[in-house]
Amino acid sequence: MRWIVSLPCGLLLFLLSLSTHASEWQLNMTEGVTSISKEVYSLHMLIFWICCAIGVVVFGVMFVSMFLHRKSRGVKSANFHESTVLEIIWTTIPFIILIAMAFPATKNLIDIYDTEDADIEILITGYQWKWRYDYPADGVSYFSNLSTPLEQIYKNAAKNQHYLLEVDNALVIPAGKKVRLLVTAADVIHSWWVPDLAVKRDAIPGFINEAWTKVDKIGTYRGQCAELCGKDHGFMPIEVKVVSQQDYELFIQEKKKLAADIAEAANQQFDFDELYRRGESVYQQHCATCHQLDGKGLGIFPAIAGSPIATGPVKEHLNRVLNGAGAMPAFGEQLSPVESAAVVTFQRNAFGNNMGELVQPIDIVEFKQGR
Amino acid sequence: MAHGPAPGIGRWLFTTNHKDIGTMYLWFSFAMFFVGGLFALVIRAELFEPGLQIVEPEFFNQMTTLHGLIMVFGAVMPAFVGLANWMLPLMIGAPDMALPRMNNWSFWILPFAFSMLIGTLFMPGGAPNFGWTFYAPLSTTYAPPSVTVFIFAVHIMGASSIMGAINIIATILNMRAPGMSMMKMPLFVWTWLITAFLLIAVMPVLAGVVTMMLMDIHFGTSFFNAAGGGDPVLFQHVFWFFGHPEVYIMILPAFGVISAIIPTFARKPLFGYSSMVYATASIAFLSFIVWAHHMFTVGMPLAGELIFMYATMLIAVPTGVKVFNWITTMWRGAMTFEAPMLFSIAFVILFTIGGFSGLMLAIAPADFQYHDTYFVVAHFHYVLVPGAIFSITAGVYYWLPKWCGKMYNETLAKTHFWIAFIGLNITFFPMHFSGLAGMPRRIPDYNPLWADWNMISSIGAFLFGAAQVLFLFIVIRTIFSGRPASDQVWESAEGLEWSVASPAPYHTFIKAPEI
Repeated sequence: MRWIVSLPCGLLLFLLSLSTHASEWQLNMTEGVTSISKEVYSLHMLIFWICCAIGVVVFGVMFVSMFLHRKSRGVKSANFHESTVLEIIWTTIPFIILIAMAFPATKNLIDIYDTEDADIEILITGYQWKWRYDYPADGVSYFSNLSTPLEQIYKNAAKNQHYLLEVDNALVIPAGKKVRLLVTAADVIHSWWVPDLAVKRDAIPGFINEAWTKVDKIGTYRGQCAELCGKDHGFMPIEVKVVSQQDYELFIQEKKKLAADIAEAANQQFDFDELYRRGESVYQQHCATCHQLDGKGLGIFPAIAGSPIATGPVKEHLNRVLNGAGAMPAFGEQLSPVESAAVVTFQRNAFGNNMGELVQPIDIVEFKQGR
Repeated sequence: MAHGPAPGIGRWLFTTNHKDIGTMYLWFSFAMFFVGGLFALVIRAELFEPGLQIVEPEFFNQMTTLHGLIMVFGAVMPAFVGLANWMLPLMIGAPDMALPRMNNWSFWILPFAFSMLIGTLFMPGGAPNFGWTFYAPLSTTYAPPSVTVFIFAVHIMGASSIMGAINIIATILNMRAPGMSMMKMPLFVWTWLITAFLLIAVMPVLAGVVTMMLMDIHFGTSFFNAAGGGDPVLFQHVFWFFGHPEVYIMILPAFGVISAIIPTFARKPLFGYSSMVYATASIAFLSFIVWAHHMFTVGMPLAGELIFMYATMLIAVPTGVKVFNWITTMWRGAMTFEAPMLFSIAFVILFTIGGFSGLMLAIAPADFQYHDTYFVVAHFHYVLVPGAIFSITAGVYYWLPKWCGKMYNETLAKTHFWIAFIGLNITFFPMHFSGLAGMPRRIPDYNPLWADWNMISSIGAFLFGAAQVLFLFIVIRTIFSGRPASDQVWESAEGLEWSVASPAPYHTFIKAPEI
């Protein structure tokens, strides 16, 4: 019977050691790096300690009673069963505690909602299963994909420190600037969450939500999609790089140059091998999660091998890839003309489809213009 | 003159006897509890360590979805309806439920609903994979074809629940023995009366939302599709308008069970009976005005966030009253700790811990960090497993001697309790930590940062599963070879159910008892 006392007490002690061991076995919420995240953290700790204090009193009385008032000690039970005074007391005291808690919570919430006077605006769009970041003022736009290799996920290779929390193109923001984040989605609901910034906003298709952050400390902060969004919900991390103003400007210039290079490439003609090679890597990055590496499909995701679309008229194939249908996303805005041409060429010739055709970037541009 | 049960399988198929139907409900929910538990173990096995080992993400999502749906609609709800069927007429001195034929029907459509739901695992495209909350458009435009079967199954479950609720209200309001005034009813009767009204209020809302999904999927409407003028967030509002009262549907009858057991083993009347009734009614009322606290991150306006935050915090008041009343009932009693009492005390402690994390989640700014993490998973498992499951277990040990006339083995039952209690805490307590450390829920693979907590949780889950196998063994052993129980069963149990013989005869209270 000592168990009944010792186990919950042990659990409580375990809880109390929260702050001391936080570094090795992370137990507690991160304090984060923004004024909001620090406010949220102290609010969290405040409620936590209030709950602990109530717990000590309530469970304390209970354990004393369980120890003293047991039949085996020969006690006789009392017969009282009503007290309006007691009922009023234990209705009023919790009510007062709650009011005391509501004040800091309200203030904190008002701060979170203050998205005015931002220095920079960034549009975040959730896709199955990646993020797109748009800097409307600079005309820069790119996708951010999971960069953890498949070998690590399927156990063959050792897992690195940032396993499943690393991406190919991170979101880059300048330190010390207030950044307004506009969050939306292209297909299903996602949620953009970075614990160190204490920003969690649902990305809802067809609607734009607002959030903001201002990070002073240069560094990399990681998060994940927080709303179940289908098969690879666990594989669409977020990486935010906070850099100096100078590095931020360099980054924007680089991205602009990259966009210009891609536009120029759209005018080029490629030979079959080049298209096939490029298409294979686009396929692996964008198509294989659903249609699988071997092109045989999975569950509701149809096979590419022998598919009536990939072996039918080119126009319909382009239409499906660029404009999507049902659960199939529209890749027209996600892929450059070169990438689209390459992946269509690849799909029409790989997996035993052997159509022998090739599609050039200019065909994509013309298709998009309705020609 | 009353006649006995019909011979053969016909007894069960055509029965209108509240005890037979109660028994079927309880066995059905026990079976579903094991199916849902099996799915949970698939989830915990996959999460034992980082990396994908046992199942693919697609199947993992089907497991989380079916685990949730089966535990909520298949295990917890039918178990409480089973307890209600068995105990309500016995507690209020009625010969049977008010609407016995509907009672038969409301049970017998359930096996079909759940056969269909589990059958979706074998459909092309797999079972529903969008979580038990089935948020649109993941559950509409992007859903596997089995979603249509899922919608049909939910409709059947809803119809069953509504019929069950109508029956319970009709029974309680019309069939109480003379002299049994409302404020003399046992608290289990009161909590079920209030629960039944909640069911009638919100099950049609669930039916509405799945029908809107059906229209979006097959008939070209755009309730939840912004491109057609709809709104995906509308789904969440309608769903949680059902969903929040639903969680109280799963806990209010538990309050009733605990309020019956603690006084018996403390040998002292329940403290604050009328305040318990009012607290239950207040919780039921508040459950209708707090639904959007599940949606603090969807981008509601500030005023909306504040109103829902304040309303949610208020729930702590009547819930606290209940806990204080139970503890005061124990105070200066003469307690013994048989299995039903152990489960009830664990209920009070662990449900209160779940209440604490609930209060933390109510604080909207902090919820921005907690939302959709394992902290939430820890919270609702702390209120549902020690809440609903432990109270049902306590109720089964408490009333089993009355049902089958045999006494269970106390040593085995206490062993069951301790394994379940330790397993439960090892499973769910570490989830608070992994959640606060940033692990999102519903992911099949995760960063090694959270590996230790997950491994501990997985070990606890298998321990908890083993405890339930022992439970099944104990129940079967009691039915076949338990020693005979007395009519009174427990030294100081009070109420009409203890005035009938053990086992309870097939027909009881053919003549209304004297109160």
